[in-house]
Amino acid sequence: MSPDSLSLEIGGKAIRLVTTDPDFRAALLARYRAFERPSARPALELSIRLRDYPASRPDEDVRVTSQDGRWVITRGDFRSVWYPESGQGTVEQTANLYAIDTVLRIIHTLFLVREGGFLLHASSAVRNHRAFVFSGLSGAGKTTISRLAPPDVHLLTDEISYIRRDTRGYAACGTPFFGELGVAGENVSAPVAALYFLAKGAENRIDPIPPAEAARLLLRNILFFAGEAELVHSLFQAACDFLQAVPARRLSFLPDERVWELIR
Amino acid sequence: MSEKYIARSTGVAARMLDGEMIVMNVADSSLYTLNEQATAIWQAADGVTPLREIVGRVICREFEVDPETAYRDAERMVADLAAHGVLLVSEAPIG
Repeated sequence: MSPDSLSLEIGGKAIRLVTTDPDFRAALLARYRAFERPSARPALELSIRLRDYPASRPDEDVRVTSQDGRWVITRGDFRSVWYPESGQGTVEQTANLYAIDTVLRIIHTLFLVREGGFLLHASSAVRNHRAFVFSGLSGAGKTTISRLAPPDVHLLTDEISYIRRDTRGYAACGTPFFGELGVAGENVSAPVAALYFLAKGAENRIDPIPPAEAARLLLRNILFFAGEAELVHSLFQAACDFLQAVPARRLSFLPDERVWELIR
Repeated sequence: MSEKYIARSTGVAARMLDGEMIVMNVADSSLYTLNEQATAIWQAADGVTPLREIVGRVICREFEVDPETAYRDAERMVADLAAHGVLLVSEAPIG
């Protein structure tokens, strides 16, 4: 492998990042160290070219389009083009890790949708060899429940959960995509035992959710940016398949560590 | 009185989850949950069977409703689903 590159394996899928800028490579290594797998065979190689975007706006909406056998992902501070067929692509971006982080997230959503998986706005953790996924939008308590985890819990992420379909069902995998916790997840995975939709409550309790509501909540919290009808259709089926295989509940909780007494 | 024919829109994805039919309009990701009667109509919407026949064969028989009331309700339901892009409605067979 070239000294200019590093391979990041997330959810069992490796993406090789190539940059000739030593400072940026060092920043990438520091950011993604737990997910670096030099020997992994990459599904995609992305050449990164740093440049200025004079009117750079990372808060701008991401645009994801597919045309002529390539994917184009753009935002105010980056433009990425990649070819699924050849497994090659480029990223032009500012020297901002948030840009490449966003590109990686989106590419993984596109990898996953083909395989019945998805990225979800959720924290997740492994306890007793089983993964628990805690979903909600900003402010729902994803980081809070992560901070409250007891020592026997392995955190996979406090922000973006990686749900992969495999031969045994569904696995949640650690990701480097973090939220307010500011710490990458552990690079481990485990079968998903339950999905909880977080709600703040006056007590710690778990309640059932009607399937239609669970589907609505799940689909609202899945990260997906592409508008291609075939992929949106696949994503819908993936979400329904997941709900048929994994129990979904509402977890109301107080911000104290006793909530983990319910998560076993 | 002209006949109405209904067909499932190709721009939707649908799935029965624990007895509830969930339909998503793929264009805008809007989700709809169909009640039992709407689900029965949805499942029978083959584009070639007149709505009145669907109502008589499925709704009146399964839900024990009188034909005129059932047809009026079905027309409203169909119009609503068509407005959301979930069903196609035509005065001629579809497809």
